[in-house]
Amino acid sequence: MLENVGDARVSEAKSEIQFASKCAGSVLSWSIADGVIELALHREPCNELGSVSLDELEKFAAALERMQAEAHALIIYSEMKPGFCAGADLRELYQRSQGMEKAEAAKGVRDFLEQIHRVLNQIDAAPLTTIAAVHGVTFGGGFELALACDLIIADKMARFCFPELRLGLIPGFGGIPRLKRDLGNAVVRDLLLTGRSINATKAQQIGLVSQVVGEGEALRAARATAVQVGKFDRATAAAAKKFIKPIPQDELRREIDIFCELFGRPAVQAGLRRFVESTDAQPYLP
Amino acid sequence: MKTAEQTLDEILSLAAAHFKVPREKLRPDDDFFKTLGIDSLQTLDLLTKLENHFRVELPDYELQGVSDFRTLAGKIQARL
Repeated sequence: MLENVGDARVSEAKSEIQFASKCAGSVLSWSIADGVIELALHREPCNELGSVSLDELEKFAAALERMQAEAHALIIYSEMKPGFCAGADLRELYQRSQGMEKAEAAKGVRDFLEQIHRVLNQIDAAPLTTIAAVHGVTFGGGFELALACDLIIADKMARFCFPELRLGLIPGFGGIPRLKRDLGNAVVRDLLLTGRSINATKAQQIGLVSQVVGEGEALRAARATAVQVGKFDRATAAAAKKFIKPIPQDELRREIDIFCELFGRPAVQAGLRRFVESTDAQPYLP
Repeated sequence: MKTAEQTLDEILSLAAAHFKVPREKLRPDDDFFKTLGIDSLQTLDLLTKLENHFRVELPDYELQGVSDFRTLAGKIQARL
């Protein structure tokens, strides 16, 4: 009888590991095999990050806590053809803010930012090597998600952009502090103040991207890199990462404050409305 | 140094191959949004293809309002 109880507990524990180790959500899925966690984004059309994405990212973050003990690498990639991620779901952001009092809308935005920052900070500081395997559109919040990773491997059709200024906003998911940490202020100013997009080759030239590969090859290259980093002692790799990749906490906090201050302005609502109602053939172009 | 005509011809060939449209259906003054039937995300693909092929940087803001192949070729030619 005792053995049966024990079996039941073992079975329960196994089931929990199973739940944590593999999960298929509606907009993202993850799995772990051979010490490599893979997080796949698959929301139509280009992985726009809204409340459902955030909810599932938080579930992934909780699972990551448990999985990272048995993993040495995390790969984040997109299964959507247009690209890695087009950023925040601006339609949802606009629609949710409609019909709300200004203070209520501001609180909603701040809560959303606090939550996404927690997830991205966790990915940023995870004690394993994190790799963003990107292709196509890697814009706004998608760019910021990639920036939370240790390495960016891009296929040659990838494009990176911070288009937020056209909406009267700044990037809100930690992009400015992380880009500044990794590359320096001049690059941040160029991308932020012009809103222009750059291709993978340029991104590699400025040190943002570690490898540029052929079309459709980013995931394969990321997997090969994950195998390579798995050859090293995990504790040493984690210590090295902790030493060279500090989380810019103060600037991240300040970014949330500035974003929320800006969000309350009528110009932002007008900018969001223009985007949502746009029939422009190039709404993604700043 | 490529001539403007060469640049234009290469753009038409690239666009035809990438979007699987017969080359002979594309003309220099066509509105490429309509002729190719492409949306904004596909336009970014075209931009990346062109940058990679010609080894130039084309800031998106310089292409605002550009919708025909000939004007596009002029923008690229200016950066060669």
